[in-house]
Amino acid sequence: MSAPVRVSLPAALIALFPGAPRELELSAATIAEALGALDQRFPGMRDRLADSTPRIRRHINIFVNGERASLETPLAPGAEVLVMTAISGG
Amino acid sequence: MDEETRMPDRLLVLLGTKKGLFILDGDRARRSFALRGPFCAAWPIGHAIADPATGTIYAGGGNAWFGPAVWKSDDLGASWTHSSQGLAYPAGEEAVKSVWSLALAPDGTLYAGVEPAGLFASHDRGATWQHVSGLSAHPSRPHWNPGGGGLILHAIVPHPADPARLHVAISAAGVFATTDGGASFEPRNRGTRADFFPEDRRYPEVGQCVHSLVMAAGLPERLYQQNHCGMYRSDDAGLSWHSIEQGLPSSFGFPAAAHPRDPDTLYFVPLNGALEGRYVPEGRAAVWRTRDGGTHWQALRQGLPQQNAFFGVLRQALATDPLTPAGVYFGTGSGELFASADEGETWSSLARHLPAIHSVETLALSG
Repeated sequence: MSAPVRVSLPAALIALFPGAPRELELSAATIAEALGALDQRFPGMRDRLADSTPRIRRHINIFVNGERASLETPLAPGAEVLVMTAISGG
Repeated sequence: MDEETRMPDRLLVLLGTKKGLFILDGDRARRSFALRGPFCAAWPIGHAIADPATGTIYAGGGNAWFGPAVWKSDDLGASWTHSSQGLAYPAGEEAVKSVWSLALAPDGTLYAGVEPAGLFASHDRGATWQHVSGLSAHPSRPHWNPGGGGLILHAIVPHPADPARLHVAISAAGVFATTDGGASFEPRNRGTRADFFPEDRRYPEVGQCVHSLVMAAGLPERLYQQNHCGMYRSDDAGLSWHSIEQGLPSSFGFPAAAHPRDPDTLYFVPLNGALEGRYVPEGRAAVWRTRDGGTHWQALRQGLPQQNAFFGVLRQALATDPLTPAGVYFGTGSGELFASADEGETWSSLARHLPAIHSVETLALSG
């Protein structure tokens, strides 16, 4: 059953989607559903955070209430979902 | 109409780099260039091309955090959108990491070559993509091995008139061709060496490390390639290849560029060797030109550094422009762009201190 959760997005991500906010609320029961909801609002955003395997991209970290999450991680009502860019680059 | 009035008003040089797309915006005389960028959120850009009919710029790349995408600008770089919708293999397979090459076919199809090696097509100017599964379905696919840059599809050469015909180049699988619009592909590697295989297996059907593949102007059956192991020419659309490396300082290099009008004129930038550092031989920079289809070669050095130059030039970082006389451009792994406005006779540096340059292409604009 989907319930409202709070999602925080990294600045580097919202720079790719003009108009996207840093923080928003959406209804989702898992991280995979949350990415689907983000993609509905901002077409293409799911692709930036997860690949076709499917799994969260290697250098993207998603935390739920402070714990590292996967696409299957369940979301309780009121969960705090924090999307971050990990250390990478060169 | 005299020569002057047929010249375009503006020439853009598109530089795909390790940290974004840059545009050198030049006047018609090709004397004054202004640098703009970085664009595409400073993503690594494997290749950027422009549609000469519309001026639309496409830039393909991949970001360590956000994955692969093709960027598009309809206003010469002022604003950009990006998409990777459909630019994906089926679930369970290794995901697409980045876009390495782009090309426009005569029917308007936009192609993207990716890592791990595969081909995608867009029929809506890059908004959505479809996997050209006929290439991945080739029985040799399980035996393709990555080269130093990964398992990459780095060159796409459409036939200029027949949208059903297309060549692609993969490191290190070799050249493949389709004549049925991508439904099926066959290898086109006969006569090209693989020195990294045992002596009795040096001419396999697939597995060659092609580095660059280009088509001669006005002769769609004639292809040239720079390979990890030699330089080659084909006059039968890749069914057979013949070495043209005699007279060149090494058999190793990455890029090749065809003249915009003369099918016998071709440019290479040979490097000192695969295991020797991969920089210009003896630390002296030269672009090598043939005027007779590869029988004779001439080193073009005037204006290029002739001592202590230890750069390389990557596989898509050599290009010509369509003007008269043809301009020639190459970008170095150390971030410098050299240009010639006289077919390679004399050179000057147009930009330096850029990120490593992956690709160079040009766009001539009129009106």
